[in-house]
Amino acid sequence: MTPVRERGDRVLLGVLAASAILVPVLNQAVPASSAWHLSTYSLTLLGKYLCFALLALAVDLIWGYGGILSLGHAAFFALGGYAMGMYLMREIGPRGVYGNPILPDFMVFLNWQKLPWFWYGFNHFWVALLMVVLVPAVLAFVFGGLAFRSRVTGVYLSIITQALTYALMLAFFRNDMGFGGNNGFTDFKDILGFDLHEDRTRVVLFVTTAIALALGYLACRALVDSRAGRVIRAIRDAESRVRFLGYRVESYKLWVFVFSAVLAGIAGALYVPQVGIINPSEFAPINSIEVVIWVAVGGRGTLFGAVLGALLVNYAKTYFTGAFPEVWLYALGALFVLVTLFLPTGLVGLLPERRRTGPLAIEGTPLPAAQKAK
Amino acid sequence: MLCGLVCIAASVPAAAQGVFDAEVARLRDASFADKEAIVQRLTATGDRRVKPVLTALLDDRLVVRDRDQAIFIISTGDENVSPVDLTDPLTLQRTGSAPRDGLTKIGTNNRLRKLLRIELARFDLSSPDRETRLAAVEEMLRALDESNVALLRAQRAVERDGQVQEEIDVGLALVALDGADANGRLDAVTHLRGKLRPQVRNRLAALLDRTPDGSYAEPDARVRAAAAAAIRGIDRMRAFYSVLQTLFFGLSVGSVLVLVATGLAITFGVMGVINMAHGELMMLGAYTVYVVQLLMPTHIGVSVLVALPVAFIVSGTAGVVIERTIIRFLYGRPLETLLATFGVSLILQQLVRSLFSANNRAVETPRWMSGTVAINGALSLTLNRLYIILFTIGVFAVLLVVLKRTRLGLDIRAVSQNRGMAQAMGIRTEWVDAMTFGLGSGIAGIAGVALSQFTNVGPNLGQSYIIDAFMVVVFGGVGNLWGMLAGGMAMGVVNQVLEPYSGAVLAKILVLVALILFIQRWPRGLFPQEGRAAEAS
Repeated sequence: MTPVRERGDRVLLGVLAASAILVPVLNQAVPASSAWHLSTYSLTLLGKYLCFALLALAVDLIWGYGGILSLGHAAFFALGGYAMGMYLMREIGPRGVYGNPILPDFMVFLNWQKLPWFWYGFNHFWVALLMVVLVPAVLAFVFGGLAFRSRVTGVYLSIITQALTYALMLAFFRNDMGFGGNNGFTDFKDILGFDLHEDRTRVVLFVTTAIALALGYLACRALVDSRAGRVIRAIRDAESRVRFLGYRVESYKLWVFVFSAVLAGIAGALYVPQVGIINPSEFAPINSIEVVIWVAVGGRGTLFGAVLGALLVNYAKTYFTGAFPEVWLYALGALFVLVTLFLPTGLVGLLPERRRTGPLAIEGTPLPAAQKAK
Repeated sequence: MLCGLVCIAASVPAAAQGVFDAEVARLRDASFADKEAIVQRLTATGDRRVKPVLTALLDDRLVVRDRDQAIFIISTGDENVSPVDLTDPLTLQRTGSAPRDGLTKIGTNNRLRKLLRIELARFDLSSPDRETRLAAVEEMLRALDESNVALLRAQRAVERDGQVQEEIDVGLALVALDGADANGRLDAVTHLRGKLRPQVRNRLAALLDRTPDGSYAEPDARVRAAAAAAIRGIDRMRAFYSVLQTLFFGLSVGSVLVLVATGLAITFGVMGVINMAHGELMMLGAYTVYVVQLLMPTHIGVSVLVALPVAFIVSGTAGVVIERTIIRFLYGRPLETLLATFGVSLILQQLVRSLFSANNRAVETPRWMSGTVAINGALSLTLNRLYIILFTIGVFAVLLVVLKRTRLGLDIRAVSQNRGMAQAMGIRTEWVDAMTFGLGSGIAGIAGVALSQFTNVGPNLGQSYIIDAFMVVVFGGVGNLWGMLAGGMAMGVVNQVLEPYSGAVLAKILVLVALILFIQRWPRGLFPQEGRAAEAS
């Protein structure tokens, strides 16, 4: 345990705990007239940020610690979201526009006669939860298994992950896929019987997200602190050497990849009921790349940096797209360039030098630019 | 000349002239059925004014002036043009102009237009122009009545051009199938063997139909057997040509892919730089076409050719700037390069949005690029696809020459193979880096010019091609230009072969998935580099 990290852990978990208590109070107990009142809109926005933070955590785990730059992680996020969305669609039941108790509206609209087989069971919440975990896990297992076994690394891996999410996006855009095509799923009514439009449900969803993020964080922390975590870091820094030492590099990479995909899937599943829509544009390659920039801005290989980056960049995005929509892409683009050029350790790297010596230099990624500069 | 025309007009009997004038006047209030009868009576007069009047009627250029119900031929059928020039159909003299509002066109329907086209084809049959005659014969093959057959026979006797002769023979053979003599029909079937027009196959197939009482439409068994054999032959040839057609389409799709990937093959393949802004450099090239066309709106035909060097310079300069300001600090760190250049791509996209708005811009296609070349009844090649294939081959060849035959190419290869040694030999590696990146970016700009003729020119143009471009380079083998060429073409052809069975989107998905799997199995692509270069990369 090192000072910066310990402090980072404490601050992050503290903030999460505080917000899990404060946010519901400010939203529910404080009257709307008060300046301290938190609107449901802001609450939902915060919940969305926390989902993104969980996704960023997943990316940091494989990129910052494993050296695997996935440009397709939004695919796992979206798959988790779609699994949850399928449950929410079935929950609508006969309250849809066409009033069909079994078929979701878009299937009635497309003149489908019966439910496709892969929709069976999604009327049960537990099946949906299982799928939220299982679908991203299986895809990551198959994809990662093939890729790592044939030692596809570095930019090649990045490019094929991007191709993967692109292919999935094209696939989900198709109406025949049975996932609502272009429009995806929306118009959800309730979850487990609780009305999604009620503030109280939203508060519960927010708290659940905060808890999920805290648990995910602790799990990642435990993983990177474990013996396996050290092997994974070693693979990042010198893959061949680890292999020659007798470790099964592929298995380590594969399992951390699968775990990361599951985290992303859970983040997606929490995201969908809060924003109330899931559609194929979530698979767009740019989304995955944006996640990477959150992590880079915050500081990769630190876990709390990823969370910090996700929250900050997304807050900036909300602010800019509202206030100066045309500036946002310039700002985001500049952020990419400046962070990679001048801030390879991210914002966390700006923490006082005294605390950074030792732990981060070992724990963070190697810093060729800094070394070259010297 | 004028005297000649007057003399011809004078030679037509005065009575016929009166009929012509009266019939034209009748067109004003006639029903569609009446108009058909009028058109037939008009052609029967043989008046020299019949052709211009009927052509005008077909083109919606025959109008009635509301003020005095006089009939005129106007200069254009385009309803947005006003005022228009008026021509008197009876004298064929220009009689001034009038605003469009005061004119009502004499309407036509599908049936009437069909009749008009056939009647006009009969005029064209004696045209001195070979193409016009061919088109006329083609039109007449659609409606082979007695008078048309008589005309075709007459034309056949004097026709000199082989292709027109052949077309007429097909028509006459089709007519002969209805003849009473079985031997004549057999000859006709023999003649139609291997003729690929759809009418021929339909007509032959009709011979094998059974009438409701169970007997064949064609009573003679020999003719039926010959027809069946001819149909089999035609079907075989059609299948062959459809394979050729698919191959051609596939190669043209592959050409686009190769073109898009060529610049990347330099920056990624030779330099090892992951340039995510590659798509946006192409986008700059496409917008260059737009700007060039704005600057020279009257010379659309050459605008694309002018845009080629301009786009090369624009995108090449942008590339050099990107290399000097960003990429050179990131050599050896491919993942960081990827992120930084992605940032550049976002900035470029937004820049284009700010300058040209987020909407797609209209880029015109020069006339010489549109159209088709019909090889035969079953195979026709669209010109723009043909050009893209030739253009890609041209760009590829020039690039090879630059790399293999010029000083810059020598430097580029030296630096990519052994940077330290090249430096020791006195090569300014930094300058070579910038030039190499500029070359790759410039080629991206040229690809953008070509893309502007195929897809929408908008801020998202680059994004939709970047993944394909990377896949082509990785598939072909990084650093291997020939591999890229083969890989891109193969992807295009496979895509085109799958498309009829799966639909366009699914075909694309399948190709992507196949590529992902392929890279898992052969991570270094179709044609991996071997030897020292491979170890270094």
